[in-house]
Amino acid sequence: MSATPTTSSSEPRVTTAAQAGLVACPHCHLVCRDTAARDGHGKGRVRCPRCAGRLHPRKVDSLSRTWALLIAAAILYIPANAFPVMQTSTLLSTQSDTILSGILYFWNTGSPELAVLIFTVSILVPLLKLATLSTLAVSIQRGARGRADQRARLYRIIEFVGRWSMLDVFVVALMVGLVHFQGLAVIQAGPGAAAFGAVVVLTMLAAHSFDPRMIWDRARRPRGKRPPKKRLAFGTRHG
Amino acid sequence: MTDSLVACPECDALHERRELAPGTKARCVRCGAVLYRRSYLELDHQLALVTTAILIYLIANSFPIVDLEIQGRSNSTTLVGSVLALWREGREIVAVLVFATTQLFPLVDLGALFALLLMIRRGRPALAFAPILRFLQALRPWGMIEVFMLGIVVALVKLSNMAEVVPGIALWAFGLLTILLAVILSLDLRSLWRAGERVIVRPRRRFPPKQSAHP
Repeated sequence: MSATPTTSSSEPRVTTAAQAGLVACPHCHLVCRDTAARDGHGKGRVRCPRCAGRLHPRKVDSLSRTWALLIAAAILYIPANAFPVMQTSTLLSTQSDTILSGILYFWNTGSPELAVLIFTVSILVPLLKLATLSTLAVSIQRGARGRADQRARLYRIIEFVGRWSMLDVFVVALMVGLVHFQGLAVIQAGPGAAAFGAVVVLTMLAAHSFDPRMIWDRARRPRGKRPPKKRLAFGTRHG
Repeated sequence: MTDSLVACPECDALHERRELAPGTKARCVRCGAVLYRRSYLELDHQLALVTTAILIYLIANSFPIVDLEIQGRSNSTTLVGSVLALWREGREIVAVLVFATTQLFPLVDLGALFALLLMIRRGRPALAFAPILRFLQALRPWGMIEVFMLGIVVALVKLSNMAEVVPGIALWAFGLLTILLAVILSLDLRSLWRAGERVIVRPRRRFPPKQSAHP
């Protein structure tokens, strides 16, 4: 590992693309000159010279979009958990399962590890995503400077883990496809399934529209001299 | 504009690009995000892998996943069958969601990657290269075969309590496809922008060329 040579504190001193008057293409990642301000073009009017995608120094309207999607997801979280995701009709009875009762079923029928798995991806992960993204958005709006590395790690975790919440939707889909023995046993999807799928999609979209670079834009600089502006000092860590 | 610099996608810190040894990745010095990776696999190997995955995908989707037996009656379903069942009983949103994340997006993903690798191999300028690669990058997070595979396992455990479950061909195909896709998804799409440098048709400049920003 080779870090920036001038650094003595734990956090290496870096120059960002924005500080250097550069912008990384959000599509092909080419580092280009940010000519938007100088040429009098509005943001997003300048295109990448390699892939012709629109250049934005940061994701557009990141916080408003994140909040809108988060609020929509939070609202749908209620029907997703309150309404049944699955209805099982047998000869003798009809049973409706919400996500929670599905988990309890696994817990009571001797597969506690599956119960824990589904509880984690279906209940814990969506809640944690809502909470974490809201906290991150608030921290940026309030201009928080500290613990940027921890906030960045939180973001990376929820972005990685979010897709696994779709598990329950897939399980319901398979059960519906498999169990239709007319008169004997039929499984149908409940109204909660669509709401739950929507929650997963919305929280994934919210995570995508959040720009983690905002965490670092205000982050506290390591103690010592301020870095000279417009000078580029680099290091690349291999691992 | 310069190709010798890399900006961290998560914190915008600038780094100088260095060539990597196969199987290693470069991380941001400040936030630890992966900047770029280099695979063990050369482009031709990747092409072979993608071709295999497409074939396995076709098998996985044309055969039944499991066969379910209750009191002498048996029932089997393919993935399409599940989606159609959802649609027929009025759960269109769920049906579309499942169809898109487990069938459409993975297939389009593989198809796009196949086309891109072919274009690079051919080495002639291709207008479609940049749009396809941009589209592929946007689509990537929405293919969820690996989550679906876990869903199959959970559904089978649940069903094994009430019926006899006989695994079908597609079950093994999905298992294999999950493994292949794990390898394919670990390939760095960002490296394709550099590999396809000669293939990309650059947009016409609206302004006179600027000098490089790199001092």
